[in-house]
Amino acid sequence: MTAPLDVPESASQAAPEAVVAGSDAKAIEGRSLGQIAWRRLRRDRVAMAGAIVIIFLMLVAIFAPLLVSWFGHDPLEYHEELTDIGTQAPIGPWGGITSEFLFGVEPVNGRDIFSRVVYGARISLLIAFLATLLSVVIGTTLGVIAGYFGGWVDTLIGRAMDVFLAFPLLVFALALAGVVPDQAFGLSGDTLRVTLLIFIIGFFNWPYLGRIIRGQTLSLREREFVDAAKSLGARGPYIIFRELLPNLIAPILIYATLLIPSNILFEAALSFLGVGVRPPTPTWGGMLSDAARFYTIPHFMIFPGLAIFITVLAFNLFGDGLRDALDPRGNR
Amino acid sequence: MALAACAGSPTQTPGQGQSAPAATGATAGGTEVADAAVGKIYNPSDKKGGTLKMANTADWDSLDPGNTYYGYSLNFARLYGRALLMFKAAPGTDGNTLVPDLAESVGKASDDAKTWTYKLRKGVKFEDGTEVTSKDVAYAVARQFDKEIHPNGPTYLNALLDWPKGYKGAYKSKDADFSSAVETPDDQTIIFHLKEPFGLFDYIMQMPMTMPVPKDKDTGTKYQEHVISTGPYKFEKNEIGKGFTLVRNDQWDPATDPNRPALPDRIEVQTGVNADDVDNRLISGDVHIAVDGLGIGNAALPKVLPDPALKARTDNPVQQRTWYTSIIPDVAPLDNVECRRAIAFAADRNSLYRAYGGETGGVITTSLIPPSMAGYKPIDLYKSEGDKGDVEKAKAALAKCGQPNGFETNIAYRTERTKEKAAAESLQQSLARVGIKLTLKPYPQDDYFALYAGKPSYVKENKIGLAINGWGSDYPDTYGFMQAITDSRDIRDAGNYNLSVKIPEVDKMIDQIKAEPDAAKRADMWSQIDHMVIDQAVVMPSVASKALYMRGKGLTNLFISDSQQMYDYVGVGVQQ
Repeated sequence: MTAPLDVPESASQAAPEAVVAGSDAKAIEGRSLGQIAWRRLRRDRVAMAGAIVIIFLMLVAIFAPLLVSWFGHDPLEYHEELTDIGTQAPIGPWGGITSEFLFGVEPVNGRDIFSRVVYGARISLLIAFLATLLSVVIGTTLGVIAGYFGGWVDTLIGRAMDVFLAFPLLVFALALAGVVPDQAFGLSGDTLRVTLLIFIIGFFNWPYLGRIIRGQTLSLREREFVDAAKSLGARGPYIIFRELLPNLIAPILIYATLLIPSNILFEAALSFLGVGVRPPTPTWGGMLSDAARFYTIPHFMIFPGLAIFITVLAFNLFGDGLRDALDPRGNR
Repeated sequence: MALAACAGSPTQTPGQGQSAPAATGATAGGTEVADAAVGKIYNPSDKKGGTLKMANTADWDSLDPGNTYYGYSLNFARLYGRALLMFKAAPGTDGNTLVPDLAESVGKASDDAKTWTYKLRKGVKFEDGTEVTSKDVAYAVARQFDKEIHPNGPTYLNALLDWPKGYKGAYKSKDADFSSAVETPDDQTIIFHLKEPFGLFDYIMQMPMTMPVPKDKDTGTKYQEHVISTGPYKFEKNEIGKGFTLVRNDQWDPATDPNRPALPDRIEVQTGVNADDVDNRLISGDVHIAVDGLGIGNAALPKVLPDPALKARTDNPVQQRTWYTSIIPDVAPLDNVECRRAIAFAADRNSLYRAYGGETGGVITTSLIPPSMAGYKPIDLYKSEGDKGDVEKAKAALAKCGQPNGFETNIAYRTERTKEKAAAESLQQSLARVGIKLTLKPYPQDDYFALYAGKPSYVKENKIGLAINGWGSDYPDTYGFMQAITDSRDIRDAGNYNLSVKIPEVDKMIDQIKAEPDAAKRADMWSQIDHMVIDQAVVMPSVASKALYMRGKGLTNLFISDSQQMYDYVGVGVQQ
């Protein structure tokens, strides 16, 4: 994978020293798998940088209104006097960047790009997180059921996954997002669009996770501790929740973290194609789509583009680090 | 047609209005001035020779004169075909004049305006040397009747002429007699019989449907691959989808054609070129003219406008097209005129002006009729300081309507049209000031009128109170502009362009206009209709559209005629 090979190496070499160093202070203490993983993760600087960026982005999204009131303007407010009446480009160098407008203003109507990027983070992260959650819930449930029960249940779920994986997702998403009316399921406006996007993105991404969970379950089910539990009279639900799921948390966490960036990209793509959240609500993909027409004013494209790039990179780096930490044998 | 009457120079049009007085002399060759081809001739010359290079961002709907409807195609077809009449190749309003082309004179109408007779010039030949007769024109009219084979062209002749019952066009009703519609008593005479009187028939006769087609050379849908020329140029090479080359037609006799200077020796056209690429090639001088007549794109604006040398090579005429918003009275509470007026008062027209492209995209207009058409008058019913909208008056109107706190409704626009999206967003912002909450509803432009905004049942069901709209004229008579968007009797189940104008007085007046022979009175009645429509606030005009054209390098005799609303391709030449 993308993590440099020598980093985990040095981490594993460092581990015994740490134990030795710590042995003076305390008697040797058993460490849980979680603690070991956390130590490994903490030493992976790249992953930690990713984590810090993610936390920063989440704070930005949560405190968007506050940030905008301090450093920006209402994301929907027009500042037409800041754009040229002829070229429609922002007046001033660098796309109109000033201390008032940190990222400059949009062409034509002069909306504050900083505020729009900040508010865009809310939509992107919200959709990506909830869609991932939906995928994880469906994927884990069906994966475990398929893996544990096997037989015709496995066949049925397995074929369903094949069908979903073979689905031309983008085409279907475009069609579905296009035909759903503006009021449905008792929702309307942005709430409906966000819910719809979460559903589309989440519902069609579960088989990736589902397959991995099924595979893990298949191998776990044959392990001695499951046999032991069975011989003690444990039944299906107990084995699944007490014996299998705790051992599945690592792959679930890893793949959920890696699914988030792909969901962010997918949401941006849908918004770019005009079937995402409706304007004027700011989204990164929608801003990019608006900017494409004005490609000779690059700053308009740079900020939402950078936001997507940094977010996706941070999640990917963190996800890779997490995988190395939780599953040191994998992909080495 | 007394079209000179519509030359009234509007007060609000910097493009045409102001440049007209400067039209005393022509621009000297070499010096570049912005708007040098608007209302006057840029670099006048009668020197022949050279190769004119053109590029098209898309492709023709068809090169077949019986199967084409794009404005630029109607302009361009005159290079290789001669219709009965044509618009004079002249700058500005002069270009609105109809002059005889294949015919000796404009049409002679019977007293009831139901029969129109044209005499053909003698000595006009096809590119293969055979003489053009009235039968070739009649055949061209009969073949374009078949809209399965030729779906793109205008349908005027199918609707206007008195075709025999069950007639299916020249291909399916091969030897059928259609003399009830088109008669050719001798080789030089052609007579058209109309179902109903139509005083503007000459305008139809300048369209390429009347360009003669030799029956034995007609290959139906494939005719566009080799159109038999009657004009000064013929096809040398034609690769549909890539481009084509026109060379001089040695059978074209200038003695029979007083209208075409035919300056270049060759015309090379490339099709399907990326729009930004075309703009860049125009700037570098690699291409002379962008044939599609859409003007340069957003991406090129920041490059062209701030650079005086490049800006001097642009022309920015006002077109016969109005961008407006339909306020639809079928949707409550817009059934109340005061609620509609509240929208007209509250809208920030200056912001809409920016949305439609600002300075180079149009001029703020208060009337539906475009400034260069007969009957145009500014209508100052909803004036406001700096055109920013009048919040107080809007609130007062809302109170009268019984919705003092505003209301919610939806606004439709065409997804692909970024300017219309910007206009819808602008309205959303400015109407919010008085509590009118708009939800944006984008629809695909292909089906905008067929399935969405132009379908009354859909509009009512989905409560589309406002729809972004725009209309341009087919021919430069106000009837051709206004009738389609104001006559409520034409409203069908779907596919309407008139989304909101249902005023019985307007319908009545349109009937009076049809019967009125005096052009000045017709113009006056159109002004009244315009006023009624704006007063009822069923239409809110935003801007009279302008396009920003870029001249390539080394062009001569270039001008924009009001009839083509882009560079006139018949007049233009190139420097050697």
